[in-house]
Amino acid sequence: MPTIELNGHTYAVDEDGFLEDPMLWNEQVAADLATTEGIANMTEDQWKLVNYLRHYYLEFGIAPMVRKLCKENGFKLNQVYEMFPSGPAKGACKVAGLPKPTGCV
Amino acid sequence: MAQQKPDPAQLAAVEYIPPRRGWRDPRVEFRKGTYNHAAARRHLEYLGLPNPRDWQPSDADWQLPANWKQIILDGMKDRLERYRSFRLFMDICVRCGACADKCHFYLGSGDPKNTPVLRAELIRSVYRRYFTAAGRLFGPLAGARDLTEDVLKEWFYYFHQCTECRRCSVFCPFGIDTAEITMIGRELLNLVGCNIQWIIEPVANCDRVGNHLGIQPHGFKDSLDFAADELEELTGIRVEIPINRKGAEVLFVVPSADYFGLPHYFTLLGYLMMLHEAGIDYTFSAYASEGGNFGLFASHEMTKRLNAKMYAEAKRLGVKWILGGECGHMWRVVHQYMGTMNGPADFLEVPVSPATGTRFDHASSTKMLHVCEFTADLIAHGKLALDPSRNDHWNVTFHDSCNPARGMGLYEEPRLILRRVLNHFHEMPEETIRERTLCCGSGAGLGTDENFEMRMRGGRPRAMAVNYVRKRHGTNCVACICAVDKATLPPLLEYWVPGVEVAGVHELLGNALVMKGEHPRTTDLRGEPLEGMGGGDA
Repeated sequence: MPTIELNGHTYAVDEDGFLEDPMLWNEQVAADLATTEGIANMTEDQWKLVNYLRHYYLEFGIAPMVRKLCKENGFKLNQVYEMFPSGPAKGACKVAGLPKPTGCV
Repeated sequence: MAQQKPDPAQLAAVEYIPPRRGWRDPRVEFRKGTYNHAAARRHLEYLGLPNPRDWQPSDADWQLPANWKQIILDGMKDRLERYRSFRLFMDICVRCGACADKCHFYLGSGDPKNTPVLRAELIRSVYRRYFTAAGRLFGPLAGARDLTEDVLKEWFYYFHQCTECRRCSVFCPFGIDTAEITMIGRELLNLVGCNIQWIIEPVANCDRVGNHLGIQPHGFKDSLDFAADELEELTGIRVEIPINRKGAEVLFVVPSADYFGLPHYFTLLGYLMMLHEAGIDYTFSAYASEGGNFGLFASHEMTKRLNAKMYAEAKRLGVKWILGGECGHMWRVVHQYMGTMNGPADFLEVPVSPATGTRFDHASSTKMLHVCEFTADLIAHGKLALDPSRNDHWNVTFHDSCNPARGMGLYEEPRLILRRVLNHFHEMPEETIRERTLCCGSGAGLGTDENFEMRMRGGRPRAMAVNYVRKRHGTNCVACICAVDKATLPPLLEYWVPGVEVAGVHELLGNALVMKGEHPRTTDLRGEPLEGMGGGDA
C-alpha cells in the first residue's frame, strides 16, 4: 500500500493519493493533502467546501451530489474548479479525506 | 493534482508503421497514461474473487498463483465448452483485416495490437497451441504461441484497451463479436486475480449497497429530495418522487451517476418532469438504484449477480414492468443476456404505456423498456406539450452511445425526441453514427484518470466527427444517452474540440417540456438564463 509524506507527516493513501482510511482525517491532514492539489494555503472558501463535504460524508457515507455541493455553498461549478483544479469529486473530496467516487462519473 | 496532460498535437501525430519486432513477441511496456490501476485487495476479498493481493501492473512480479497457467487453460477449456460463440470466434476468423481500421483505439494509437483482428489473435494463438491438433503439432507454423507470463501481461494490457463497443463486429464478414473475445479475455484474467480498480470497486459497491457509487438509502433519498426542491424552484411544480413504494405500476432504474454527477443530474430532472407530466404510477428502488452493470466488464458470473437485483426488486415491490434510464451497457446486458441469465421475467407483464396504451411487444422477454422508447411514444401520441425555442441556445448533434445503438438497435427514438425539442439539430457524418457510431474511448471500465492518454487517443475519432459538425454548423452540444458518455465526453471534447458541452436527451426534453400549471421559465435546467442567449445555426 503506498504512503505519502507531506510536511513531515506520513499518510497511507491509494494509488490516486486519496486517504486510505477516511476516518484518519483532521484539518492538518486536509492542509497537507491540499498541497498535492497545488494548494499551499487553503482559503476560507476552500475550507467552507471541505468542511461541508466532511459533514455530509459523516452523515451519508458518500459525497453529496455535485449540484448540491455547488448550490448549498453558493458557488458555480467553474468556481469549484478554480478552487480545486481536479474538480469537486477528485480534488475537493481528496482534501476532505473522502474516498474517490467511482462508476460512471 | 490534475495530471500533466500530453500535448494534443503530439497525440494527433499517429504512426501507422508496425514495430520491427513481430507480433508474437508479447512484451509490453506499462507506460503511465495507457493502463489502469489494479483492483485493491479489499474489494476482491469482499466479492470472493481469487488471489487478493497488493500489486500494480507496473510491478515486475504480479504475484500470480503457482498454478496460474493451469487455471487459465482450464478456464479456457471450460468456456470453449460452455460458449459455442467463443469456440466459433476462435475458429472462423480468416484475418481479412476488415475490422482493423474500424477500431478507435487503433485509429488513435497506431498500435497493430489494437486492431481487433490482432487483439483477438493474442488469445487465439493460445487457443491454437493448446486446443487444436495443428497448433499442438506445428506450433508457430500453425499460428500458435505458448502461454507465458508475458502473454498474460499482454492480455491484461490490450484487453483493457478495448471498450467492448463492437464497432468492429459491424464490419466483420463473419459477424465475429470481438467484444465477447475481450470479455472472455478479461474473465480469464479475473481467474488469477488480474483486474482493475475502476471495475472491481464499483462492482463491490453495487453488490453491497446497490449502486456503483455506494450511495446508501438515506443518501439516495437526500439527493432525490434535492432534485424535487430544485424542480419546484424551476417550474413552480412539486413533483412526487416515490422510493420503494410497493404496488406501483412501474419500477424506474437509472444509472447512479444521474443522481450524483454533472451533467448527468440535469437528465434526472428531465425524467422526473416527464414522468410527472405523463402521470405515471412509478417508484424508484433504493437497492436497485443502479442501471449500470460493471460486472459486464469482469465476468459473466458477475454480470448475472448484479443484473439480478433489478428483477428481485421488481418482484418484491410487485410492479408490472421496469423502465430503464439513459444508461449504456445496462442495455447490452438487458437486451442480449438477461433473457437467459436471470430470465425470462415471467412474473412481470409486457410493458404497456399507461398514457398511450402502446404495448411494447419487443420487450416481452425482459419486460424492460428504455426511457427514450417510452418518451418518444408519448411525443408521437401528442401527450407532451413542447416548446423547442427554450433550447435555442443549444445547437445539438447526437452521439449514438455504443451499447443502446449496437447492443439494442435504439437509433430512431432519441432522434424523434431531439427533433421535437430542438430547433437546431445536425447529424455527424453517416459513417460515425447509428450502428457505425464511434466510441467515447472510455467505456467498459476504462474511464480513469490514470488512463488519460489512451482515452484521448481512443476518443479522438469521435471528437473529430464532432469537430466536423462544429465547423460546419456551429454545434455547441453533444446529446447522448449513456452515463459513461456524460462523464467522459466532456474532458474528451475539452481536449480535442473545446467549446462543446454534453447533455442527456432528457435534459433537453426537460428544457422544452411545458408542464401544466408551470410558472414562466426564466432559466434552463442548468440555471442559465433563457433570455438573450445566443445559439442558432451558424
